[in-house]
This record gives sequence, structure tokens and C-alpha cells, in this order.
Amino acid sequence: MLLPALVLLVAFTHYPAVATIIDSFMSTPKPNRPSVFVGLDNYASMIEDPIFWQALRNNLWFALATIPLSVGLALAMALWVNGPMTGRGFLRMAYFTPTVLPMIAVANIWLFFYTPTYGLLEQIGGVFGLPSQNWLGDKSTALASITVVAVWKEAGFFMIFYLAALQGISPSLREAAAIEGAGRWFFFRRVLWPLLMPTTIFVLVNAVINAFRMVDHVVVMTRGGPDNATSLLLYHLYEVGFKYWDQGYAAAITVVLLGALATVALVQFFVLDKKAHY
Amino acid sequence: MSDPAFQQKSPVVDTLAAWLLAILWVLPLLYAVWTAFHPSEFSAKFSLFAPLTLENFERAWTAAPFARYFFNTTVLVAMILAAQLVLCTLAAYAFVRYEFRGKNILFALVLVQLMIMPDILLVENYKTMSKLGLIDTLLGIGLPYFASAFAIFLLRQTFKGIPKELVEAATMEGASSLQILCRVYVPLAKPVYVAFSLVSVSYHWNNFLWPLVVTNSVSSRPLTVGLQVFASTDQGIDWSIITAATLLTAAPLLAAFLLFQRQFVQSFMRAGIK
Repeated sequence: MLLPALVLLVAFTHYPAVATIIDSFMSTPKPNRPSVFVGLDNYASMIEDPIFWQALRNNLWFALATIPLSVGLALAMALWVNGPMTGRGFLRMAYFTPTVLPMIAVANIWLFFYTPTYGLLEQIGGVFGLPSQNWLGDKSTALASITVVAVWKEAGFFMIFYLAALQGISPSLREAAAIEGAGRWFFFRRVLWPLLMPTTIFVLVNAVINAFRMVDHVVVMTRGGPDNATSLLLYHLYEVGFKYWDQGYAAAITVVLLGALATVALVQFFVLDKKAHY
Repeated sequence: MSDPAFQQKSPVVDTLAAWLLAILWVLPLLYAVWTAFHPSEFSAKFSLFAPLTLENFERAWTAAPFARYFFNTTVLVAMILAAQLVLCTLAAYAFVRYEFRGKNILFALVLVQLMIMPDILLVENYKTMSKLGLIDTLLGIGLPYFASAFAIFLLRQTFKGIPKELVEAATMEGASSLQILCRVYVPLAKPVYVAFSLVSVSYHWNNFLWPLVVTNSVSSRPLTVGLQVFASTDQGIDWSIITAATLLTAAPLLAAFLLFQRQFVQSFMRAGIK
């Protein structure tokens, strides 16, 4: 009974993961020259590849910005939607809608938003007399622009988990706190936040994984440009693997990505799970 | 949850902030709807008297084989879901019902996929697909996702919660192992199946990078890839048409979401809490 599922899992998860590591020590096969063992050559070219470093840096910035922003917003959204707020139904729908849209569609919509001269941002800026700005074409704003899109897409998704957790918290806690005269902030910090800890960890782990996995919007909006300012690791991998067809080098980049994810997994397993009880 | 003491303390500032954020959140979508339903000269101009039109949708529909893309995506999503449900139900059942050696190690191996998704291994998986001759086929897009660690995990948790007495009663009645699965386990796990299905369908409807890599012709391209090809090459910069095509791509899921909002939100919740 287990067999079919296991065979497929091994074929498309474990085997490729191991094969990637092996391939990262091999040269890229050419039609008349089969792949040979080249030791650390692929890693050496990785270290010398400025685009790789830039993609790595971009990816770290992207992660550092999207994770706290989307998780923080998600928490705020959940607290609002869970409380006695006018129009809760509408709010919840508004926050969650981006989650069901394809990233490709989202990116196309935002692309139009950012377009110079006739995008919406430009028009709003124009009303206030701001100078024209090419958000995606300018190296200094491009990465921030795609970060905003990612946050917009993700926050509502994470909200759901917080909402579920909040609904599991007994209302009597809040009543008790109110009787004791605890302020809202105090109540949040001392009661809600600790109770929400397992959820926060779960959401954080997902946010980290997503930060290394989301590239659809890069493909649509910037193709890594301008001048690689928005190239993320997985996008660089895609370019190396399927535009330059350099399989050996692509394998080496994949290994870096796998390493990053394995680190997340180990941290979660050995550090975080001890602190949180599901 | 809405005790009066708290209600008083939920200040106007909060409500305002919440609404402001919500408006920010729907604005891009509303803008897209505006652009898609108006002639292109109004695509970035707001006027109450702008005439409504469906022309953008018609032009998008005829400019690219969207009908074929819709068909591909539908078949793909249905195929993946069916395979996932069958394979993962069997696997989860095996994990719950039988004792065998190395069970925990096997389960840990299954969980590896939660961290390392097929997306990241696309170079190796592409090689495997070309060995199997599955490049540019729907099966090729779907195959890496058939065995879902997430589904196995979710179903195993659910099956574990099903009372032993029910299973024992069924055994007394002489039900076979497979009958127990179909008559006892599966019906009781129905809400989880619904939840997983919604999550799976929306994930694969929206999936992009892997299908982009494995497909190279109209006959196997799903909607997302089709949209990208359409938006990047076929058009100049007629945003009205691109936006119309974009909405078209998202429409089925969006409509389903708006109609069954509660079900969607609860499904995503259920799938998230384990």
C-alpha cells in the first residue's frame, strides 16, 4: 500500500536531492563529451560568479524584509478580524483574496501598477507633484518593489493560521485580564503572544521556505533585472539550468539551496520544537 | 470574544487602520477589474462615464489559445488531485494500521518532502522527465506532485484520531482491510479531504515555475505559463488585454473563493493546524 507513494517520493525528492549533490562535482555533459568528475570546480566558479553572490545577497534582503513584514501584518490582520470590528467579513475577504490568486496574475497586475508614466503609482505621485519614478527599472527600488508584492500576496495566507490559533484561545482569559485591569498591550504581550508562539514558529518556518522558493513574480516583473538587482537564488538557478544549460553549475547552486532548507529544518527540529508544544 | 469591556477599548484608530489596510489590499484587484472592463483609452483614466466593455476579454481569448490552456489546467489539476487522494490515502492508512520495521524512519523520509519541494529540484527532475520521455506532457508536469508528503501527514493525523472501537466493530462484522478503509476511515475524514482538495487545487492551478520548465508547446501548457507567454511576447503593451487575460486566468478560483469563502478559509485553516 505504501509502495506507490514511496516510489514516487523517492523518484522525485530523495533521488534528485542525492543526484544533485553528485552532479555538483561533475562537469556539464556536452554532446561529444560525457560528464566527468571535476571535483570542486563548479563550486569554484560559483565563488567567482558575481551574479551568484548578488542573488544570494538579494535573497537574504528579500527574506529579511518579507518575513517580518508579512508575519507582522498577518498577526495584526488576525487580531483585527478576530475582534469586534465593523465589517469583519469584508476585511477577512480583502486580506485573504491575494492568496487564491496565481502569483503570475498578481505579478501582472502589479507590473501595470508600477509602469512608468501610466501606472497607478505614477498617477497618484503625479497628483502630489512627485517626480516620475521607474520603480522596477531603477536598481535602488526594484528589489523593494518586488518585496512589496510578495508581502501583499503572503500576509493574508499567514493570517489564517493566526486566526485559527486566536479562535482556540478561551475568551475567559480576556475577561480575567479585563477584570485585573490589564491594558490591551499588556494583555497581548503577556497572554496572547506566548500562547501564539507555536503558530508564530510554524508561520516563520513557512515564511523562510517561501522566501527561497518564490520566484514567479521575478520571472514576470523583472527577469532578475535591472542589472541582476532582483535576481533571487532560485531564479539564478533557473537561468543557469535552463537558459545556459550549465547543469553542473546549476547542481552546485541547488546544493546551496538545499543546504539553506536543511538548515531551516534542523533549526526547527532541534531548537524551535523544544520551545513550542503543538 | 466580544465582551463589552474589550469593545470599548477597540478604538477608532484600529478600525481605521484595519479598513485602510483592507482597501490597500483590494485596490490592485479593483484596479485590474477596472482596466479589464473598459476600453484601453480608459485603462489608467478614471471617469464615471467610461463605457463598460467585454471587448478586452474577447480579444484576449482569441489572441491566444486560452481555451486549450484552460483545458490543460483543468485536466492537470484533476489528475494531480485524483492521484494524490488515492496514493496518499493508501500510504497514510498503511502508516496507521500496520506495524512494520523501519516505520518511523520511512515516515521521517516522507516528511523530508515538506522541506524540499519538487520546485527546488527542477534541474534533476527535468533530467528524469526527459529520460522518461515525459517532457512537454501533462503527466510530466503532474508526476512529481502525485505523492504529497503533506497529504500523507494530514491524513495520517486524521486517521489516528478515529476511534479503535469503530475499526474493531467493522472487523467483527467481517470487513476486509480495504472495506474498513473505504467504509470507516475515508467517510470520517471527509472534512480533511475537502480541505486538502481545496489547497491542492489552488496550489496547482497557480503553480508556474516547474510547468514553465517542462512544457514548450501549446498542447501541454497550463494557464499560468500560457498567460506569461501571452503577456511577454504576443502583445505590445496593451494593458487592457493583458489584464483581461490575467483576470481570466484567476477567475475560476476567485469566483469559487467568493462563493465559498467560509469553506475556503476553514480549509486553509484546517490544513495549517496539525
